Order: sequence, then C-alpha cells, then structure tokens
Amino acid sequence: MSMDKDPFDPNVDLWNECSERGADENDPPRSVADVLKAPEQVERENNAFLSKRAQGFSSQDPGATMYRALESSLLHSIFKTDVNRRKFLKGVGAATAASVIGSMVPFEALASMAKDAMSNIEKKDLTIGFVPITCATPIIAGHALGFYDKYGLNVDIIKTAGWAVARDKCMNGEYDASHLLAPMPAAMSMGLGSASQDWRMVTNVNTNGQAIVLANKHKDKQDPKDWKGFKFAVPFEYSMHNLLLRLYVAEHGIDPDKDIQIRVVPPPEMVANLRAENVDGYLAPDPFNQRAVYDGVGFIHKLTKEIWDQHPCCCFGISQKFIDENPNTFIVLLTAILDATYTAEMADQRERFAESMAPTNYLNQPEAVLKQILTGVYPDGLGNIKKVPDRISFMPYPTQSMGTWILSQLRRWDYIKSDVDYKSISDQIFLSAETEKNMKDMAAANSDLEWKDIPEVKYPVYDVYGKTYNPDAIQDYITSFDITRVQ
Amino acid sequence: MNRNNILAGVLSLVLLVVFLSVWQMLTTTTTHVAAATSMSPAEVETLTGKGMSGADVEAYSADGLTFDQIDQIAGLGLTRDEINSAGGIQSFGFTTGGAAEEAQTGFPSPTQVWREASEQIFNPFYDRGPNDKGIGIQLQYSLMRVMTGFVLAIIVAVPLGFLVGMSPLWNAAINPYVQVLKPISPLAWLPVALFLIKDSEQASIFVIFICSIWPMLINTAFGVANVKEDWLNIAKTLELSRMKTAFRVILPAAAPTILTGMRISIGIAWLVIVAAEMVIGGVGIGYYVWNEWNGLNLASMIFAIVVIGVVGLILDFALGQALRLIEYKE
Repeated sequence: MSMDKDPFDPNVDLWNECSERGADENDPPRSVADVLKAPEQVERENNAFLSKRAQGFSSQDPGATMYRALESSLLHSIFKTDVNRRKFLKGVGAATAASVIGSMVPFEALASMAKDAMSNIEKKDLTIGFVPITCATPIIAGHALGFYDKYGLNVDIIKTAGWAVARDKCMNGEYDASHLLAPMPAAMSMGLGSASQDWRMVTNVNTNGQAIVLANKHKDKQDPKDWKGFKFAVPFEYSMHNLLLRLYVAEHGIDPDKDIQIRVVPPPEMVANLRAENVDGYLAPDPFNQRAVYDGVGFIHKLTKEIWDQHPCCCFGISQKFIDENPNTFIVLLTAILDATYTAEMADQRERFAESMAPTNYLNQPEAVLKQILTGVYPDGLGNIKKVPDRISFMPYPTQSMGTWILSQLRRWDYIKSDVDYKSISDQIFLSAETEKNMKDMAAANSDLEWKDIPEVKYPVYDVYGKTYNPDAIQDYITSFDITRVQ
Repeated sequence: MNRNNILAGVLSLVLLVVFLSVWQMLTTTTTHVAAATSMSPAEVETLTGKGMSGADVEAYSADGLTFDQIDQIAGLGLTRDEINSAGGIQSFGFTTGGAAEEAQTGFPSPTQVWREASEQIFNPFYDRGPNDKGIGIQLQYSLMRVMTGFVLAIIVAVPLGFLVGMSPLWNAAINPYVQVLKPISPLAWLPVALFLIKDSEQASIFVIFICSIWPMLINTAFGVANVKEDWLNIAKTLELSRMKTAFRVILPAAAPTILTGMRISIGIAWLVIVAAEMVIGGVGIGYYVWNEWNGLNLASMIFAIVVIGVVGLILDFALGQALRLIEYKE
C-alpha cells in the first residue's frame, strides 16, 4: 500500500518535511523547460508516462519496490524538497526526468537482479543485530511490520547492548548483518580500534535524527562558548555523534579535546547520567533525547539536522564475506531494508511505525515518546512545541561524499594518523561502488545487459554547518578549520 | 534455640513491613487534576483568528496549557489530529496529572513494583520474540550458563587444588598467579574473552569459569594441606597406597573446606552472570535488567533485583545443605 506513490508523480507528496502541501498548485512553473513546452502538453505526457509506469508496477514485486525506494532517495538528494521536485516534474516532464535519473543509476538492472535473486536465496534464516534506538526504525519496524517475511526471509532481530559489542558480534559471525554507525564499517575495515575485517555500509537506515541535549540547569547557556569545562557523552568514538559534536563546538571556538570532555556512554545510560549530573549534556540518538524531555531532566538544544541537514548517521552494515557467499540473499535483504526505509519516510506511516516499535521486544519505550520523535511534533523541554517533520528522515542512498566526509573528520581529529586516499577507501566501503562492480560482472556474463555509468552524483558537494564541503579538495577542507589536529 | 528462631522470623517480618510502608509513603504522589487555565476573550479571539477552533482552544486550556503554548500550536498550524498522532498533548509535559507527570516523579512505589512483578510472576514463560521473554525463561538461560561455567570450574579447580595442596613447593609457586588473577573483574575479562573465543555465549561461560575457579582452588589446596598430620600417619602405618590415602583419607577430611569454596564460588558466579549478560545481551536475567534500564522502567528493574537476590539465596542454601551432609565432628 505504501508503494502506491510514484516518486515521478508531480501530484503527490513523498517526504516527511515542512513543505507547504499544495502551496504550489496555483504557482506557475518557472523552469526553463516551461518556455519550451506548454503546461498542457507536459501534463498529457506526464499522465501517459505515469500510467505506463503504474501498469508495470506491483507492490508485491521486490524489484519494483527497490526501484522506487532508490528513485525516491535519489530524487531527494537532487531536489531536497517535495515542492522543488513537483515543480521540476511539472515543468520538464516526468519522462524526461526519469531518463536523466536513469542515466545516473541503473535502477532497472537492480530491479531485475532482485527478482532473480528471490528465487535463489542461499540462506533464508538470518540474524540481524540492532541497538535499540529510533535510527534503526527500518530494521526494527521491518520486523514488526513484516517487511522481511514479504520477501521470503526468516529474520531474527537481536538487541545489542552497545556499539563495541555490536562490532564484536559482527566480527565473530554471530550476526549476518547489523545496524551499525555510519563510520563503523570504515573503522572496522581499516582496523581502527579493532582487528580488521571487511565490512560494507550498504544503505543509510536513517538520516538526521540526533540532537544535542543539555541538563535543565544549563537553560541559560544556549551559546556553546559558555560550555568550557562541560562533560559531554557520545555513544561511540567512531560515530557521527562524536564527529558532529566536535565540529559544532569547534566552530564556536571550543576545542573538543581541551576545553570540554567527551566520554563514551551507551545510549540507554545517558538519561540516567544526565539526571545524576555525571554529564552536562550529550549528542545522542533518539529516543534518548526526547526521553530526557519526557522525564523532565533535560532539554533539546539543537537537532543535528541544523548542523548538517540530511547527514548520515546509522547504516545497514554487512560483511564482504556474506556478500560473496550469499549474493542473492544479500540483494533480497537489501531490497527488504530499502522497502522498509522508503515506507518509514512517508508522513502517513510515521504513527504506525512508532506504535510498532514500542513493545519490549523492540525499543521498550513509551509510545508517546516514539510518536513525538517520528512525527516531529514535540516539546523541546523549554516550554515550546516544535514541528520539525524531518527531525528524523529515512533516506537510504549513501553517497561517496558522506564516506569521504567521515574519513576527513577522522583524519582531522587524528583518529586516522596519516593522510590517506580518502576516495579510494570510501569507494571500497560504501556500497554504491560494490553494486557497480557487481553490475559490471553481470554485464560481462550477459551481452544483452548494458549498464550506463554511475556518474556525476557520486561525489556531491555538501553544505555542512555553513561551510562548503567539496570532496575533490578534501585535504584543503581538513586544514581549513581553525581547530584541527592536522597542520 | 527454637524460640529464638521464631523471634528472629517475626523481627524480619516487622522490618520488611516497616521498610515497605516507609517506601510506599515516600513515593506516593497525589495525582493532580489538570488545573485549567482561563483565557480572556481577546486571547481566545487571537487564537481563533489563527485558524484554531473555539472547541480546541477550550480543550487545550482545560488541559492546563498557557496562552503562549496554545498560541504556538496555532502558529505552527497543528491540528488536533496531528497532536494526537504525536502521542497527545498529555504526553508533552505541559499539563499536570498526565503521563509525563507520572514519569517525572521518578521512583516507583511498592504497589507499582508489584503491578509489574505480578505480570511476570503469573506468566513467567511467555515468549514474544528473541528480545522479550518471560522471567522464567531468562532465569533458565542464566542458570544454565552459571551451571556450565561452575561445573567446568569444579573439574579444573578441585584436582588442581589437590595437587597444589599436597605439595608445599607447588603451592608457593602457583600462589602469586592465583592472587593476581583472583581480583580481576568479570567485566575486564569479557572483551578479551569475546575477542579470543569469538562467541558471546561461550565467552560468558568462560567468564563465569574464570571468576569462580579461584575460591575453589584456594579452598581445596588449603583443605588438602591442612589434613591432620595424625590421620596421615595412621594411613602410613596401615601402609595405604598414595591413591588410597588421597581418596579415603584426604578427600573426606578436606571435603567441608572444598564445599565451602564451592559455596563462595557459586555466589560469585551468580554475581558475574548478571554483569556479563548486561554487556553481552541476548537472553538472561542480566539482559532483562539491561533491557528494562534501556526503557528506564525502574519498577521492573527493582523486581529483577529482588529475583536475582532470591535465586542467589536459593543457590547458597542448596550448597549449605550439601555442606551439612558431609560435615563431620572430630
């Protein structure tokens, strides 16, 4: 049912965000293409194109589902908002847009791969680990709402107590795949803080969704400059939380290694530590930000979305060994996760997803807290009501730029001790490259298959907290900061 | 003697009742009924002017929201439905007497703990998926691990302790290592075990093994070394073989000391399993505590703590009874 929405349809809203629904209905499209084509003609073409797509679509078809999820997330990375997307589709035409996007990522080939894979699953019974936070929504609700079953997989999802144990259980082979922090596959593959084993970041399970929370006694210290001597908690060293907190305070002239203390605390212990005044604040995943407000011990100072909108956070990680040994299972599992991710993003699904994750078997949290987080309508602990629908987003497509940004910050803070070839490492670890290789292998075996190159969008430029991050000039970016460990 | 026992029992009960009633008294909060705020007609007009219905304004003010807060809701264009799908205004912590109020008061009362506990006690073997099993199943897993680790420790510690105890030279040689290894916390062993064994189940059993081996080893060695010289001399005059001396004289003589070592060990093993399972997760009483902590459900955690204590008591009692069976008087 969730898959009824075609991302190329200019008349539907896809993403849970602040766009004013229908506000552009009477707005004349202002794109260049509008001058070339009459709106009626575009509309006619669109309708024909969309109905053709609708005919070939069945929500029971895993290939088609994956196709849509990828399309949607790619369109999001290009247009950012529904308003922009709809304007563009109305102006240029859906068919044109589809062929442009299609030239970037070979969706159809992926779709047919998924279809073939379903009849050849090597391993039906899978064990997937998750840490009980809302970042893992696609993995958890995927189980609660039957997304794995739908694709013929019998999945057990096992709660893990913390990131270090998650990593060890992954490396021990107790988990076939796991919810991991975005920087973890890179750290595991490079052997940072552990033995080295090849792990891959397959998709983002979420973007945004974190926040900086401060204890109630700091209500008058909203400016990070006043934070000298504060003790902060983050869930893991190799986490976006650590990197974003460091970036944020450093931009306000606070040295994260000298002026404040950052310690690693497992997420569930964070609220208790805040209450006990062991820490002054934390940058943590939800539900523990909203839970601090719910329990009346802290307030939300800043959502990480305000530091880097659509930043990666947690990912779906899998070992290279598993991919090599179970290529079909891998594709099917990926499809199930993408389907759940895509559905979780929809505004009208958020309440249902929140409810499904409340039981003890999953997040073990009050339903109200999860609803506040997923719908983005919440109290901030300072007496205000906020409405931020994309407080947490579920955008699966990991770009290589996200990978190189993470590596650049690991280098900036000296976790990586010397300059490395950031792009080639990111290429290895982020799966877009892996998928590309798989596809090339398939093309070599079958002359009817023709792949178009995956392309320009591989290294998009991002705006991170008011600063342009250009993956083509990583070294300059690292040294451009006032506070950095690299000279 | 008998009268004393009864008196002690009565006293224990009195202490319990006093403790519970003080606890109940300190944690009982009178639930406030939402104090409705009143709006001036001008304020109501401002709000309705922003598109909020009069009924909604009334409902929010009846829930105790201030004008500023209702104004924010109106300003954000939030409908009543949107507020409800975000968990309802009661959960936002602005009002008194709502769910948030209960969460904020913090420590649960004995009746709340009992409410949580009774759900578990009357249905201890439910299975709602790999991360939510009844307390009975959790205990079963933990006890299995403890017993496996404990039996392995017996198999190693008792023979080793025998050898060490019979030779003062070996005793002196091994003693420093025992003293260094004995005080190491299970939580320090765990990451190492996980890395080496590469299996979390076996790693937790290993941790129990390594933590419960020392008291048994030390006690066995001590018991064996301190068998009365006279008895050994008698064995010698009777020309018993070394094996026969060991099994017919030394073992029975040292048995109470060995069993005391085991009694200390099982207590330690039970301590260790809770800590290990909290880190490793999966199933088990330690995981149960961790999972309830994760949801910040103090009531369930208190229940689990009581259960851990009671099981520890039973384990200790069982070994205490065994000890009585083999004790001897000189």
